[in-house]
Amino acid sequence: MLAHYGYKNGSGDYFIIIDTDKCDGCGKCVEACPYGVLELAPNEYDIEEGIMVTVAEEQRKKIKYTCAPCKPVSGERRLPCVLSCEPKAITHSW
Amino acid sequence: MTEEKTQECWKWPEYRHTMPEMDWHDAKIVTAGVDVGSVGSKTVIMVDGELYACSVMRTGGVSEETALKVTNWALEGTGLEIKDIHYVVGTGYGRVNVPFAKRTITEIACHARGAHYIYGPTVRTVLDIGGQDCKAIRCDEKGKVLSFLMNDKCAAGTGRGLEVFADLISVPIQEVGKVSLSVDQEPQPVSNTCVIFAKAEALALLRQGWLKERVAAAYHAAMADRIVDLLTRVGVEKDLVTTGGVAKNVGVVQRLERLLGVKPLSPRMDPILAGAIGAALFAKALQEKELGLR
Repeated sequence: MLAHYGYKNGSGDYFIIIDTDKCDGCGKCVEACPYGVLELAPNEYDIEEGIMVTVAEEQRKKIKYTCAPCKPVSGERRLPCVLSCEPKAITHSW
Repeated sequence: MTEEKTQECWKWPEYRHTMPEMDWHDAKIVTAGVDVGSVGSKTVIMVDGELYACSVMRTGGVSEETALKVTNWALEGTGLEIKDIHYVVGTGYGRVNVPFAKRTITEIACHARGAHYIYGPTVRTVLDIGGQDCKAIRCDEKGKVLSFLMNDKCAAGTGRGLEVFADLISVPIQEVGKVSLSVDQEPQPVSNTCVIFAKAEALALLRQGWLKERVAAAYHAAMADRIVDLLTRVGVEKDLVTTGGVAKNVGVVQRLERLLGVKPLSPRMDPILAGAIGAALFAKALQEKELGLR
């Protein structure tokens, strides 16, 4: 399942997309994120129990700002969450 | 002498319904889905996976009380009590506030499952337009979620915004969609990023002398625009269906059809119940799992 967390407003689209089929719940991205955007949570989408990564509830309405320090306008962009994820389950829409 | 009058155009009717030809006494599994939404709360009682009774009412200030009230109302006259229900699943915005629920499941999964029940297995894209947010969901032939997107940042393009607007132009909420379709030419949509701005703009148009039908068209067009924006990110695949309270508004649904070029299927029961139906179906699956039946 592709879970899109975030929002769209007048200034653009801000979504962190997590592929729950790829995510193995290892939690490395949670440690890698310097701003606590991601967290591990029980899978609430299916009756099969499991742990998956989600964007923390309190972050979902402000990731444009919270993620901004990792997204320089020029130079190389190295997103710690994306780089730490071995199964490549995380993408950003902006 | 004082005379008081209240006119409440935003208010939609609360109701309960029991399937007259069904009986729960011989049933193996009785389950319930309680969907406590931001604006409306719904309970669905299922007997062996078929809809038996349902109720819809406004969510009050205390979610726990509403959850209890709406469920007891659904059970009224059936002879069933909450304790007779084998498994209750809570869903919706207030799902953690359903004290008698055994488990919670997000409304995203429940809407996909519920839409699958209401509209059949050809459903691939579900658009849930609720009171406070709008969700675009892609699902497979079993009703399992493949991709979803939720916009919970603001109320533009949602049911609550529509209530505010219906009140502004003094047209009952059930008719506002039809009224918006009575224009010959579609006007420029109002702002779609914020309910308050949209309402202020609509008010300005009314002051300029626009007819309320035309303002309604501009408002509905803005809602449809915003919903289509969201939908394009997850993609649209046939069949498209709409759930949630706004699915009953023909003004929004017909404009969506126009913008997307895809005709949404028509529901065989009230689409506002989709979340609660999904929850009740999950409850059945969970109960079967507990009994070792699956």
